[in-house]
Amino acid sequence: MPQAIAAVNDFVVKFANVNGSGSASANELFARSILRMGVPVSPRNIFPSNIQGLPTWYEVRVTEKGYLGRRGGVDMMVAMNPQTWAEDVKEITPGGYLFYDSTKPMPSSAFREDINVIGVPLTAICNATYTDARQRQLFKNIIYLGALSVLLGIDENEIKRLFGEQYKGKEKLLDSNAKALALGRDWVAQHIDPSIVKLKVKRADNVGDRIFVEGNNAAALGAVYGGATVCAWYPITPSSSLAEAFMAHCKKLRHDKETGKAKYAIVQAEDELASIGIVIGAGWNGARAFTSTSGPGISLMTEFIGLASFAEVPAVIVNVQRGGPSTGMPTRTQQSDLLSCAYASNGDTKHVLLFPEDPKECFDFTAEALDLADRLQTPVFVMTDLDIGMNHRLCQPFQWDETRDLDRGKVMTAEDLEAGKNFGRYLDVDGDGIPFRTYPGTHPSKGSYFTRGTTKDEYARYSEEGPVYVRNMERLQKKFLTAARIAPQPVRYSSPKPTSYGVIYFGSTSPAMAEALDHLEEAGNHVNALRVRSFPLATSVEEFVHEHDKVFIVEQNRDGQFRSMLMNEFTFDARKLVPVLHYDGTPITARFIAADIAKKLAQFKVVPFEKAAS
Amino acid sequence: MTYIAKPKLHHPSLVKNKAGFTRRDYEGAVSTLCAGCGHDSISAAIIQACYELDILPHQVAKLSGIGCSSKTPTYFVGASHGFNTVHGRMPSVLTGANLANKDLMYMGVSGDGDSASIGIGQFAHIMRRGVNMTYIVMNNGVYGLTKGQFSATADKGSISKKGVSNADSSIDMVSMAMLMGATFVGRSFSGDKHQLVPLIKAAMSHKGAAFLDVISPCVAFNNHAGSTKSYDYVREHNEALNRIDFIEGRDEITTDYAPGTATVVQQHDGSILRLRKLGEEYDPSDKIAAMKRVQEGLQSGEVVTGLLYVDPLPQDLHANLNTVDVPLNTLNKPELCPGSAALDRINASLR
Repeated sequence: MPQAIAAVNDFVVKFANVNGSGSASANELFARSILRMGVPVSPRNIFPSNIQGLPTWYEVRVTEKGYLGRRGGVDMMVAMNPQTWAEDVKEITPGGYLFYDSTKPMPSSAFREDINVIGVPLTAICNATYTDARQRQLFKNIIYLGALSVLLGIDENEIKRLFGEQYKGKEKLLDSNAKALALGRDWVAQHIDPSIVKLKVKRADNVGDRIFVEGNNAAALGAVYGGATVCAWYPITPSSSLAEAFMAHCKKLRHDKETGKAKYAIVQAEDELASIGIVIGAGWNGARAFTSTSGPGISLMTEFIGLASFAEVPAVIVNVQRGGPSTGMPTRTQQSDLLSCAYASNGDTKHVLLFPEDPKECFDFTAEALDLADRLQTPVFVMTDLDIGMNHRLCQPFQWDETRDLDRGKVMTAEDLEAGKNFGRYLDVDGDGIPFRTYPGTHPSKGSYFTRGTTKDEYARYSEEGPVYVRNMERLQKKFLTAARIAPQPVRYSSPKPTSYGVIYFGSTSPAMAEALDHLEEAGNHVNALRVRSFPLATSVEEFVHEHDKVFIVEQNRDGQFRSMLMNEFTFDARKLVPVLHYDGTPITARFIAADIAKKLAQFKVVPFEKAAS
Repeated sequence: MTYIAKPKLHHPSLVKNKAGFTRRDYEGAVSTLCAGCGHDSISAAIIQACYELDILPHQVAKLSGIGCSSKTPTYFVGASHGFNTVHGRMPSVLTGANLANKDLMYMGVSGDGDSASIGIGQFAHIMRRGVNMTYIVMNNGVYGLTKGQFSATADKGSISKKGVSNADSSIDMVSMAMLMGATFVGRSFSGDKHQLVPLIKAAMSHKGAAFLDVISPCVAFNNHAGSTKSYDYVREHNEALNRIDFIEGRDEITTDYAPGTATVVQQHDGSILRLRKLGEEYDPSDKIAAMKRVQEGLQSGEVVTGLLYVDPLPQDLHANLNTVDVPLNTLNKPELCPGSAALDRINASLR
């Protein structure tokens, strides 16, 4: 017998499936049932740009410690896709387990000697039980779930409870699923000694009141709570489920109880150009509006983003980033739209970006983005990505402060105008760079103005005069500094020991980074960490860099885009900022970060020859 | 150069409309377009229409794209908000503005370069969504600001000022609008105020996507022999199907029509369009006949004008989306934010 990996509540199971075979819901039940046993899990979809037929994977990290980043490595492979058999078998860590459908005999060359093989004749069980082809396919997934539950020690009652919640009112479906689950469990109980699998789930109490939700769903809910009334969007992976979730939330939460009418408007536009145009039109007219998109959509929207920035119209854009450039890797994750968003448009422009780390912050930051856009009268980007957006992630429950009001920013009312307040649409009256605006239709004779992308003076009058232009551009810069003060501030994690090394990271890197910091600390590599949550960069980011000799900049793109932004916004010695880059489209892992930083630290700690000689 | 303000002195004898405004109150800044530009006549017709409709000037929102025509919103209804957007993308901005506040009157102003080239996609989609607005294309068949290139509405075989013959087929905006689902489609000529003003009034009273294609000669670059958008050519080839009398719903109808001399269309807001027939029988509520007649005009080289098509009972975008009766931009925290108790229930469902 080969060596067998033994682990309790700390392992990775990967499901290799065929897209469109109905495996997704069974796999999600697997993850949820472990969660219900009080053990944190972190699942990830690895899927193709395809509807049916291509390979798809679902990777579940079981992690009692609550490390929610991708770990890397596979302890058990549930190989349900003949097409990818060879590479799936290859991926298993030595001593790991291969679970497969043993209905058809396989040659010994299809296996490996250093792994443990568990065959269950899933197709045969199905064919003996079901006659309908679709049932045979769908229940096969539930049967392997049943088999795995015995092998790994997952409480079957938790799965049954999940069935009950899922099929409430559809008792027939509930019964048939329970029956399929029993088929898998019974077969294993009769034919296999479950102790040969040394990966076990043991009830724990480490989930608490956390929720399990996708970032796109959370961001959509944030848009509801943040008061968005207009959503315009164009389908693009991985953002489409965000607008669809907004639709679903609005159907439940935003219809007038008496009339049944909608307190929102959602338009599936003809393209991203129109999506952002609709958002800008609505923002100009005093409604809170947002769009959700991904990289190629941002490319299309860029001209309009420049208009909204220069004409000072609020707009919220949730960018669920994917692999670029161009069509790139539509179903893979990256943080590679930083530059294209931060400096979108011709001319000198800078925009506000928010970097949520998980679904909780997707909720918080989308609601906050709607406030910030109104307050700053400018486009605000919520920079999420596929890893957060399209995967269920364990996170803190959503919270809402009842005393919080929608911040509409500086809006001059009919009463203000009537009282004779001086209205200059682009006039900075109090030094924060933000002028007052009026909504169209406010007053019969006062407060109207013309909005344009051309240059203008403080009273919105067209002007191409140099000094007028410069005054306006400097005011916009001042507004940008205001944004740095009021946007979400960085979060610092200090090493228990003093250190001259720092690390800066942001967004979906967060869970992998938290784990990597533990690994580094255990290995005696002390590093202070700063999680940046917004652009423009707060002064504390500059201070953090100055405080350390070397600062690692961890990001999921090739070019070190965040590092470029640091260089662009502040004056640093470039050698001080050390890039740690992961950009193959898979989510960054703690193993990668810790290893890369440890390697680089070792190099720095080698005393240069000249210094040693002097 | 659109910053020149008109003097605000009013002659005491200027007549006020029912809303208490004089015609001057509907004016804007002094036009900086070329003297004799057709677009200025259209601006004047818009001013006249708004005045006659007793519209509160600030209840209009004017949106435009980029180009000579798109500059005109500064030249009319100065007390209203205007938005000069980006090239060809006014329709989406107007759609968003309309979604935010259904109570304002939306005037989309564009040109043939703006709407028939870069903006043809957005033009098509705003029509099919039935956005409640009046969309005017000031159509001169030429790029004026960039000095005389053909636009996509220039007729095949027409000659540019530099003597070049246009080899491409032209895009007929009224055909496009009808195909895409506009519920009010008319064409007129900037030089025919008597036809144009009532058409604008009728379009502004239409509760749906109203489109007006207004042939508007460019005196600088498209008013020569060989052009099919010159004053002379359009006057000679103008085939007016009808002239409308616009009667607001609240007005008592005092005129009697001799049977058979006029078609009467009542719109959803109660306004009445009386179409005085010119020449032939023409029923503007028959979309297929309207499309046929327009196509016949294209074949024979006549510029068919008048109210070409109207659906008197259109359903606009807000009706399709079933939005609340008040403008969305007036909704606030109590109406929009579901509160923490609802959030607790959502949290519970995610465990």
